[in-house]
Amino acid sequence: MDESKRGFLKIAGCSVLGVLGAAGMRTATDVGPGGKAVESSTTLNGKKWGMVVDSQRCLEKEGCTACIEACHRIHNVPSIADPKEEVKWVWKEPFEHSFPTQAHQYTKASLNEKPVLVFCNHCENPPCVRVCPTQATWKREEDGIVMMDQHRCIGCRYCMVACPYGSRSFNWQDPRNALQGGINPEYPTRTKGVVEKCNFCAERLAKGQEPACVEACRKSAGAGALLFGDLEDPESEVSKLLSERYSIQRKPGLGTKPQVYYLV
Amino acid sequence: MYDGRKILLGLVIFLIAVTFPFWFSWVNDKSGFVPEPKLPEGEENCVESAEYMKALHMDLLNQWRNAVVRDGRRVYVSSSGNRYEISLTGTCLGCHSNKAEFCDQCHDYVGANPFCWDCHIDTSASRGEGK
Ligand code: SF4
Ligand code: SF4
Repeated sequence: MDESKRGFLKIAGCSVLGVLGAAGMRTATDVGPGGKAVESSTTLNGKKWGMVVDSQRCLEKEGCTACIEACHRIHNVPSIADPKEEVKWVWKEPFEHSFPTQAHQYTKASLNEKPVLVFCNHCENPPCVRVCPTQATWKREEDGIVMMDQHRCIGCRYCMVACPYGSRSFNWQDPRNALQGGINPEYPTRTKGVVEKCNFCAERLAKGQEPACVEACRKSAGAGALLFGDLEDPESEVSKLLSERYSIQRKPGLGTKPQVYYLV
Repeated sequence: MYDGRKILLGLVIFLIAVTFPFWFSWVNDKSGFVPEPKLPEGEENCVESAEYMKALHMDLLNQWRNAVVRDGRRVYVSSSGNRYEISLTGTCLGCHSNKAEFCDQCHDYVGANPFCWDCHIDTSASRGEGK
């Protein structure tokens, strides 16, 4: 091999490694006139966030809405009575609707028609993300949360069609008119014409807090039916529960790989 | 034959019409209008220099938005090394507490109509101040 070719290959190899290294270590975004945006030191970091819903514990508190109220209050989710225009991040759905492939004509009476808590599954293979033409919804590589960028959403509602769980709501009207309970100034509202859904409380995780529903379920309701944690961490509560107890996912046959698991 | 008087009259009317914007604003004393955004009292520095903020705050805000929403980076380390939470309602309005007396002053003047506040909360309006 002649000298110049060897030299060229060396430089090329080094540049590739350098670029890869820089991309891998990128922990700050350059912003403004010489400033930087960095992660908050309080951020809870997980490789793959997931939720475990203990259905039996939840059912013991039938009629309880502590988690739903906490989530909707904190995230300024409007309460609209008209089911065609309603907006929801987390709600209760009868067993035979939330688990149509599990329910059969002799489903246990303790489950049949019983409410099951449902919300975005933060799927590992999210169809909503595949169809979004603007990448307004995307899956965070680092922790698996399926995020919404309300600034980018054009309201085409492809994602709503793609999601097999009905996890997404469209704002048919100005949500501010339906926030009679008051607005939480710590979190933005949405505007007419965008789609919204559960975000696994990404903004709270950044402050080192657990999701609002999980906190409400344990503290206000005293039920402890909702558990949140890192599924990639074998020591986390959720990983342990899943390895010890039998759990199911919603519509697993569709290949979306939901990251919300139900103990039955 | 040449209707000199009519032509002259026409010219005068024409001139008055053409110069309308100038004398109208002069008569109404709007010619020297300069918006006066009210600065927060007791605060010396914004997150970056006043010159930068005046000219390019919209760029900074766009970059802040992307940093938080897309990259999950919620802390701004300014060029002078100070740390701020990236938050329009929390940090910006935290000092510039009256949107009507600050943001709207110039935005109204130049006819800029940013839709930040369709979603982000204007805490001065909810306190009943501003418009
Ligand atoms: S549950 Fe629906 S909205 Fe959530 S990630 Fe899966 S497909 Fe997307
Ligand atoms: S409605 Fe918004 S988030 Fe959903 S697919 Fe369209 S642009 Fe993407």
